[in-house]
Amino acid sequence: MTGYVLGRLFAAIPVLLAVAVFVFLLLSLVPGDPAVLIAGDFASPPQVEAVRQALGLNLPLLPRFLAWTGRILSGDFGLSLFSRIPVSQLVAQRIEPTLLLSLMTITIAVVVAVPLGLVAAYRPRGLVARLTMAGAVLGFSLPVFVVAFALVYTLALGLHWFPVQGYKPLSQGVLACLHSLVLPAISLSFLYIALIARVTRAAVLEVLREDYVRTAHAKGLAARKIIVRHVLSNAAVPIITVVGIGFAALLGGVVVTETVFSIPGLGRLTADSILRRDYPVVQALILLFAFVYVVVNLVVDILYAVVDPRIRY
Amino acid sequence: MAMTHAAEGLDAPDIGVNRFAQIASLPVRQPILALSCVLLLAFGVTAVVSPWITADPAALDPLNRLQPPSPAEPFGTDQVGRSVFARALVGTRVSLSVGIAVAVLTTLIGVCIGVIAGYFRSVDKIVMRAMDAVMAIPAILLAIALVALIGASPVVIVTAISLPEIPRMARVVRASVLSLRERVYVEAAITCGGRPVTILHRHILPGAAGPIMVQSTYVFASAMILESILSFLAAGTPPDVPSWGNMMSEGRQFLQIAPWILGFPALMLAMTVLAANLLGDALRDLLDPSFAGGEMR
Repeated sequence: MTGYVLGRLFAAIPVLLAVAVFVFLLLSLVPGDPAVLIAGDFASPPQVEAVRQALGLNLPLLPRFLAWTGRILSGDFGLSLFSRIPVSQLVAQRIEPTLLLSLMTITIAVVVAVPLGLVAAYRPRGLVARLTMAGAVLGFSLPVFVVAFALVYTLALGLHWFPVQGYKPLSQGVLACLHSLVLPAISLSFLYIALIARVTRAAVLEVLREDYVRTAHAKGLAARKIIVRHVLSNAAVPIITVVGIGFAALLGGVVVTETVFSIPGLGRLTADSILRRDYPVVQALILLFAFVYVVVNLVVDILYAVVDPRIRY
Repeated sequence: MAMTHAAEGLDAPDIGVNRFAQIASLPVRQPILALSCVLLLAFGVTAVVSPWITADPAALDPLNRLQPPSPAEPFGTDQVGRSVFARALVGTRVSLSVGIAVAVLTTLIGVCIGVIAGYFRSVDKIVMRAMDAVMAIPAILLAIALVALIGASPVVIVTAISLPEIPRMARVVRASVLSLRERVYVEAAITCGGRPVTILHRHILPGAAGPIMVQSTYVFASAMILESILSFLAAGTPPDVPSWGNMMSEGRQFLQIAPWILGFPALMLAMTVLAANLLGDALRDLLDPSFAGGEMR
């Protein structure tokens, strides 16, 4: 087990390194002189030169990359060009809404999608199966913001059940906070539900064909016990995998959803910083999102071994 | 795998029945395939002819702004009195051309990378780790970052949307190549001293064509979604060119009083993407019936 976990851990390092190289090179893709861009339109040539010196932009690529990586590993992401606040501080202020939104979305998605996929596999010609599969294709075909606006138009503007936009921080009460996140979380979970329901159905269909499920039925085990003990535990690996893979889509969706609902989270910060060309913030956020994705998938890999002992060896 | 399944999945060639009859019976045998093809074709024709059949999408008519749908203006008018119908039809061009360009670019590059990684084992690990790295960055984030940093021109938009799609294509191709290169006929070709280029071209690529085709249909669909998101976030198609994304972006302020400004482009986009996804699913089920009914992308 320890060997397996260490192996997965080491496999994640080159991926993170490649992401770092990519994010670093992003700035050199920008047309023009990065020092001029960072110093701003109104900077005098000495000021530009000072920025160039401070950021080491006059150094060759490799030493510059090493220096940059060193700073990042020590937690120094530089100053935001827009607000002149340290990037780490800016990011820390925005974590709460995004974290809550992601957790809520995953919870909704798993709670809705796994039962749907299960029923769809058990009764492949039933109404639930047909609706689930049709809904899943629809889930893949609608951009997050279209789902969001449809929900806003009906549930917020029409029925006034939820606020149209905005976010109530946890400090104003847990219920108020969760209430303000319901619509964003549902919009965001749409694609995720589609993804998980399809995979659950396929995985369960596969397991249902196995001999041990027939044996369990034959020896008269209760259907509920078969589902939990035999079917779900054996279908768990692909389901957990897709939760991990879908996480990238979720983080991307956060950028759009938070913009639509005016939620002051990391996604909104990303969209704003990109449009303001606030490079240090953009670099830090892309690194952070990629880091979270890699960690989530590392956890998924470790969960495999917990769920399915065969993988440990 | 794909070849044998394809043979089972397709109806056995009817001797004595001509091509026309086969195509004519398609709506009965594959209703979803036929429906999605017809829908996509209709959108394609719309994209080509729209400038000639609609009013000027940029014509302002402030007196008739925010008018609800009517026989004269089937989709209503927007905040400056432009025809939503004309703009939505012309907007088809941006979505479809971006979708096609991304699908072609992604397929070309993804197939090259996938074939190299799958066939030449020495570079497999390095190439696939690089692909993992690109996949670790959310597609939307990668695309808006590139477009915002370099500037929104059609070439940059297409490249920015293709980049996150390439690893998925490469993975699909690599998986097919890995299984195909174990086939006896490939081994035979290698033993006979065939050059790698010939083997790849003559023996491996035709076998991988099915999965590649299916994946490019999905890429086409997801490229249109990404383009609309870019335009929606004001990082895509410039506002003077009507696209579904920037129409929806402008329409969001008027969601309460004039939902049609946002609703109709959203509907058109959803229908186009849905048609492409259905086509992909139908093709996949046709080529590999073991997948029928849905499986991981």
